[in-house]
Amino acid sequence: MTVKLIFYLFAAILIFAAVRVITVRNPVHAALYLVLAFFTTSGIWLILQAEFLAIALVLVYVGAVMVLFLFILMMLDINLAPLRENFTRYLPVGLTVSILIFVEMTLVVKVLSKPAPADLPAASSNIQLLGEQLYSLYVYPFEIAAVILLVAMIAAIALTLRPKRWSKYRKPEQQVNVRRQDRLRLINMPAEPKD
Amino acid sequence: MQTIFLIIVLAPLLGAIIAGLFNVSRCMAHTVTIAGVGLSFFLSLYTFYHIIIQGQGPYDITLYTWLISDGIRFQVGFLVDHLTALMMLVVTFVAWMVHIYTIGYMHEDPGYQRFFSYISLFTFSMLMLVMANNFMQLFFGWEAVGLVSYLLIGFWHTRESAVFANLKAFLVNRVGDFGFLLGIAAILMYFNTLDYQPVFELAEQKQSIRLELLPGYSASIITVICLLLFMGAMGKSAQFPLHVWLPDSMEGPTPISALIHAATMVTAGIFMVARMSPLYELSPTALGVVLIIGAITALFMGFLGLVQHDIKRVVAYSTLSQLGYMTVALGASAYTAGIFHLMTHAFFKALLFLAAGSVIIAMHHEQDMRKMGGLRKYMPITYWTALIGSLALIGFPGFSGFFSKDAIIEAVHHAYQAERWGACFAYYAVVGGVFITALYSFRMFFLVFHGQERMDKHTREHLHETPWVVTLPLILLAIPSVVIGVIALGPLLYGSFFAEAIFVNPAHQPFLAEDYHGVWGFLIHGLTQPPLWLALAGVATAYLLYMVKTDWPALIAQRFPLIHRILSNKYGFDDFYQATFAGGSRDLGHHFWKTGDVKLIDGMLVNGTAYTIGFFSSIFRQLQTGFLYHYAFTMIIGLVVLLGLFVL
Amino acid sequence: MELLLSDFLILAAFLFCLSITGIFINRKNLILLLMCIELMLLAVNLNFIAFSYFNQDIAGQIFVFFILTVAAAESAIGLAILMVLFRNRGTINVEDINTLKG
Repeated sequence: MTVKLIFYLFAAILIFAAVRVITVRNPVHAALYLVLAFFTTSGIWLILQAEFLAIALVLVYVGAVMVLFLFILMMLDINLAPLRENFTRYLPVGLTVSILIFVEMTLVVKVLSKPAPADLPAASSNIQLLGEQLYSLYVYPFEIAAVILLVAMIAAIALTLRPKRWSKYRKPEQQVNVRRQDRLRLINMPAEPKD
Repeated sequence: MQTIFLIIVLAPLLGAIIAGLFNVSRCMAHTVTIAGVGLSFFLSLYTFYHIIIQGQGPYDITLYTWLISDGIRFQVGFLVDHLTALMMLVVTFVAWMVHIYTIGYMHEDPGYQRFFSYISLFTFSMLMLVMANNFMQLFFGWEAVGLVSYLLIGFWHTRESAVFANLKAFLVNRVGDFGFLLGIAAILMYFNTLDYQPVFELAEQKQSIRLELLPGYSASIITVICLLLFMGAMGKSAQFPLHVWLPDSMEGPTPISALIHAATMVTAGIFMVARMSPLYELSPTALGVVLIIGAITALFMGFLGLVQHDIKRVVAYSTLSQLGYMTVALGASAYTAGIFHLMTHAFFKALLFLAAGSVIIAMHHEQDMRKMGGLRKYMPITYWTALIGSLALIGFPGFSGFFSKDAIIEAVHHAYQAERWGACFAYYAVVGGVFITALYSFRMFFLVFHGQERMDKHTREHLHETPWVVTLPLILLAIPSVVIGVIALGPLLYGSFFAEAIFVNPAHQPFLAEDYHGVWGFLIHGLTQPPLWLALAGVATAYLLYMVKTDWPALIAQRFPLIHRILSNKYGFDDFYQATFAGGSRDLGHHFWKTGDVKLIDGMLVNGTAYTIGFFSSIFRQLQTGFLYHYAFTMIIGLVVLLGLFVL
Repeated sequence: MELLLSDFLILAAFLFCLSITGIFINRKNLILLLMCIELMLLAVNLNFIAFSYFNQDIAGQIFVFFILTVAAAESAIGLAILMVLFRNRGTINVEDINTLKG
């Protein structure tokens, strides 16, 4: 019963946070509400006994991705006014579609009213289970995931990297390679003007 | 022997390739091709000696399997028996003569090398045709000679009439080849093989298979095959009613007329029917048709020769008529007589054509007989050889044509007495044909070599005998024109010369060996028969009309304008075909083009597809706004629909 | 009365629909769109974990693990692209990004 109460509490917070994410005018606020949503979700995942993922969510999403979002938001200095106009214009159609999907999904999942299984023994470790699977059966996808992350990192750097056009700097190799002809010009001209 | 056969076939091909594809000099071109064909000739001579004198058995060699499909083998191979050996000899000899003659005739032509390449290629194709041991190779040779004939009729391709003539020859031959191909297909279907030998062996068993052509009317499969194959022969050998292309083919250079359209290619049909004798003998119906067609051609094409003024056309109609004689012989089951006549005809008709060509050279390419006359004293060699050719053609006793033609008439007479279907008409047609032949031959002869000199002054000053390259083949061809009949009569007609190659139903046997009393007996027998006297009457009539009373022909034409017009219009076949088939197919083509191509394919299918796609694209491109959220929206809609499907 | 699988699924569905609504109403702001996508992924992950728990199958968590990895990579690249876009065009308004249309 306690678990159920906790679940409903978290669910309420999650929905509230999600609603705020999509409705607040300031994107910085939206990002912060998204952080809240992640936190509550990780709580729900703890109820579902996915401890490692719950922690990973907090670490990866809240710690890395959302901070990245906030950085970008602050760096870009976006004029927010035009982005928010016609805010309500698409609300009806969006709501209609969403409600439609929600009703449909509910119809689908309603039948899946499966009760929770018996609790695992206290000694069992979610991390150990996950690790055993990950390093044996899924080792190949795991390696690929590592490569994907590497590629993403390189891509992000390559995309944002650009030479600074406005800064002036020397090129030492050109300075070293300079020759006399490049600098000095001999001109043959009469010593005295003829008059 | 296999190597020898291969060399015989490939030497002319090699010559053709060298002369045609490599940029060789004129001298080189004729040296190479003449050497190639000469080699073929001597090896053919050796083959002839080997097979006929030494009596080595027939060779049936398969050289190369082209492909095997569904158990049917497509092969290249040679069947060399007595018939083939004879044909090879005739073909290579005449071809060789024509090659030599061409040096003189085409002397000034810019397409000299091309011409030699073509005629060598022709020799190759013709040899492939006669040496084939299966229907596929026969068809290959058949089409290849047709192709070369097409190329050579249109050799002077800047002349509109030549292009018209070669197209006509090609199209008319297509009609025949259509039947021929169907015949081969029928053989393939019912015999499941294309080789001669098994087909001939199985023919009797398959005779009982009947094919329902029309509802309620069925025919033996053998009859159907024979008639279809004969359709091909009608096209190639210019039999009525597919004869129209041969006179027009005279647009080609004269050596070609001699080689292809007199001596060899047009006789391919005769050869083919003789080769297929085991099939034809099983079908009296087919033989009857062959007989009737041949008789019509023999008689009525001769009439046309009477009104022509072009020297080559007269010879061309004479060729048609003689081909008719050969076909009649085939129809009367006298295959040997047909082949005999084919051989003698090859010599004397090539001779006549080359003589006509010699005259044409001397007259500076003037072909109208009304502008000739009195050439005898200018061109003695041509005169005498042409006389020999004409005498052989009309069947003067002792000359080769006499023996072969009399043999045919004898065979038809025999068939007439045996009350074969159509033989009565055929007999009177061939006997009447003799008179006509003599009449038009000597009409031409008198008009050209005797009488007044009607050419203009300039030409007369330059008249002289043609060079030795022209006259040598004339002399060489004149010799067999005289003697071949005497030599070949006994063994060919009454001996067992063709016993292996040609099968004759005992009931149809045209000659009885006990009737034969040697060459002299045949000669004396001939003197008592009407044909000889008819021939002499023809010569006399020609002499009367064109030497004594020279104004009579015009008078006769005036008196019988209808007949004259019919003959001048060649019975209207040309106009009829021109109007119905050529015009009709042109109209049909025009309509197909207008409705089928322009409207249906171009308009509806090609452009229509493009327009439809363009139309729908112009609608659908509205969806491609380029805005990200529209795409996202579409995806979500898709999700909704999919979920809806899942729920419902 | 215990917690049922459907409770979690319905919560996830609701979250998903909220993020769709977010995409509709914030359709101009690219950053918010990215955030909505993160929210959507969160809903999907919630589904996976719920199934993993109720079916006693660790594979669901493995899946989530990989989704997290790819999503992190995705947002890193997405934000990088956004940076470049802003530098080049001076805006992140979706309506101005229509050069895809020929």
